[in-house]
Amino acid sequence: MTSARMALAAMATAISLATPAWAVSDPAEMLPNPAQEARAEQVGRQLRCLVCQNESIEDSNADLARDLRRMVRTRISAGDTDDGATAWVVARYGDFVRLRPPVTATTAFLWASPVLAVLAGLGFALLSRRRAPAPADPLTEAERRRLDALTGP
Amino acid sequence: MNRRILLLAPFGAAVVAGAGFYSVLGRMKTGTFDPHDVPSQLIGRRVPDFDLPAQAPGQGFGSADLVAQGRPVLLNFFASWCVPCVVEHPELMKLSASGLPLWGIAYKDTVPAASGFLATHGNPFARVARDAPGQVAIDFGVYGVPESYLLDKQGIVRWRMAGPLTPAVVAEGLRPALAKLV
Repeated sequence: MTSARMALAAMATAISLATPAWAVSDPAEMLPNPAQEARAEQVGRQLRCLVCQNESIEDSNADLARDLRRMVRTRISAGDTDDGATAWVVARYGDFVRLRPPVTATTAFLWASPVLAVLAGLGFALLSRRRAPAPADPLTEAERRRLDALTGP
Repeated sequence: MNRRILLLAPFGAAVVAGAGFYSVLGRMKTGTFDPHDVPSQLIGRRVPDFDLPAQAPGQGFGSADLVAQGRPVLLNFFASWCVPCVVEHPELMKLSASGLPLWGIAYKDTVPAASGFLATHGNPFARVARDAPGQVAIDFGVYGVPESYLLDKQGIVRWRMAGPLTPAVVAEGLRPALAKLV
């Protein structure tokens, strides 16, 4: 085994051993009811931490994320639905807080961007194909004889 | 001729993009543009209901007290542990001196630390309340300190700044918003 291969194998082992580490490491934060806790985690994983902005509130260690985790759990344990708990946070922080934003006039371009990118790529491919130079005319008999004379043995 | 335009097109695009970046960086520097800004959900809506205890040396207040003022108020969330709050403090002192009522809420702070902060840097606030758990701040949609909310005389939020009130933010944001209320 080469050293590179060994490094790869070690890396693969490390990745397979790593368990997802959620920031809710404090058991006191968790709801006693496992079903409700699972729902709260599901809701929290779809909510953006506004301090770090690229982590969900379940993943973030920020103070505000902890407060929002607590609020989501309070609402879930009070009998609110998942959508209700999400809506409570969205009412305060807006659609930006959702990691999967709804399709609205402002997010239409965002949602359409993969399709637009593929269309632009196809358009570009078609255009460059049409612009490709025509294949050169085949050599005339005179040119072939001259070429043979030049390259001949 | 056509070919020349095509050759110049990438150069022109680079110049336009460069000018765009330059203006954005300039606005970031003066504080009038923040790429991480999250727009407030409260604009055009009544201030959320709350009632907060006093923070020395001020007097606690609630949403009813704010509305009862019957004149525009600037509500400021601050904390003694917040560095941008120190940056904006001279602007708050100037605004207060200019006659605009400023009411403060100490966010996630201890009483001695917050009153020490106001003793050191000056107290621009007519009334100061404290929100140690940060629950009222969540109802406002606060995601960091400092944050400032301009309320009209009916208690409707008309303007919000997430971040320090720099001279440019006051001149280009707060003053025009205030002018519309009078």
